[in-house]
Amino acid sequence: MQRVELGQKVLSENARIAAELRDRFREHGILCVNLISSPGSGKTSLLERTLERLPKTERVAVLTGDIQTENDAARLRRFGFPVKQITTGGTCHLDAKMIEHHLSDWPLENLDVLFIENVGNLVCPSSYDLGEDAKIVLLSVTEGEDKPLKYPSIFFKSELMILNKMDLLPYVPFSVEAAVENARRVHPGIEIVKVSCTTGEGLDLWLNWIEKRRRAANAQTTESVV
Amino acid sequence: MHELGIAEATLDAVRKEAARHPGARVTRVGMRIGELAGIDASALRFAFEAIVRGTDFEPLQLEIEYCLQKRKCLDCGLDFVVRDYDLQCPACHGLRSDCIGGEELDLAFVEVEEYAAS
Repeated sequence: MQRVELGQKVLSENARIAAELRDRFREHGILCVNLISSPGSGKTSLLERTLERLPKTERVAVLTGDIQTENDAARLRRFGFPVKQITTGGTCHLDAKMIEHHLSDWPLENLDVLFIENVGNLVCPSSYDLGEDAKIVLLSVTEGEDKPLKYPSIFFKSELMILNKMDLLPYVPFSVEAAVENARRVHPGIEIVKVSCTTGEGLDLWLNWIEKRRRAANAQTTESVV
Repeated sequence: MHELGIAEATLDAVRKEAARHPGARVTRVGMRIGELAGIDASALRFAFEAIVRGTDFEPLQLEIEYCLQKRKCLDCGLDFVVRDYDLQCPACHGLRSDCIGGEELDLAFVEVEEYAAS
């Protein structure tokens, strides 16, 4: 009997494609963010409020993932930016190959920001690198402040937590303080923005975050070096 | 719930490795799963057993090493294991540290056995 040490990533094929995507995004100076949350936390609403506030001249596009239906793409197309639905047909997360496939006929040189809305799921999407610059996790106040401790992986891997549905705070027993503390126990450096997609609270802070990251990504383009 | 996909990727890797050892069969596969990987070990085991069934690889044992979060203190250099999200260094009580383990989703090893000469 012989033991062969491998020490390789199980998702090495996904990692390879994600690295290629990341290189292509860098080459074109594109900011790519991967939005992850439970179903119903407000990913599509956040994107609606984002797209409606952006000047139509912004070079922004959205890939939105769901198990079934084109509903989200239909909601997001109203704002005039390119939107594509990825229907996974049962798979509970997006993977790098799906992103590569759906970008194949999009000219990346015309893009500055790519939003990826993952399938609603607080667990599985955290395992799959999509070549993004940052993962962003949404937690809504109706879900309970202990979620970061129960589902640590995604909070650990996200650079930003959007605490959404702040307008519902008067109606639910949710401690913002405890939620923030729990998120920082799992990930001390996580940035947090409190938002309501209904009242508009906090959306400026969110858009500022995206703008700051967009400038950084656009500035590091390898295109200008070539 | 994506454990089935992880199990399939693992079996693919085993298949590739088996092809490098003609005349031998893979009897055991070892994985490392970190607590921050978002993988449920029992669901993975269930999925793995299900997809191995009926293949040439049956019986194939799966060994899972579960890895807790490990950090390196940036103040005193100690490597320590995190329990109950307590990120404080147990030696110097510093709060600055880098994560050095706990995100594993690795294929660690396979064990292969030569077929007995007939």
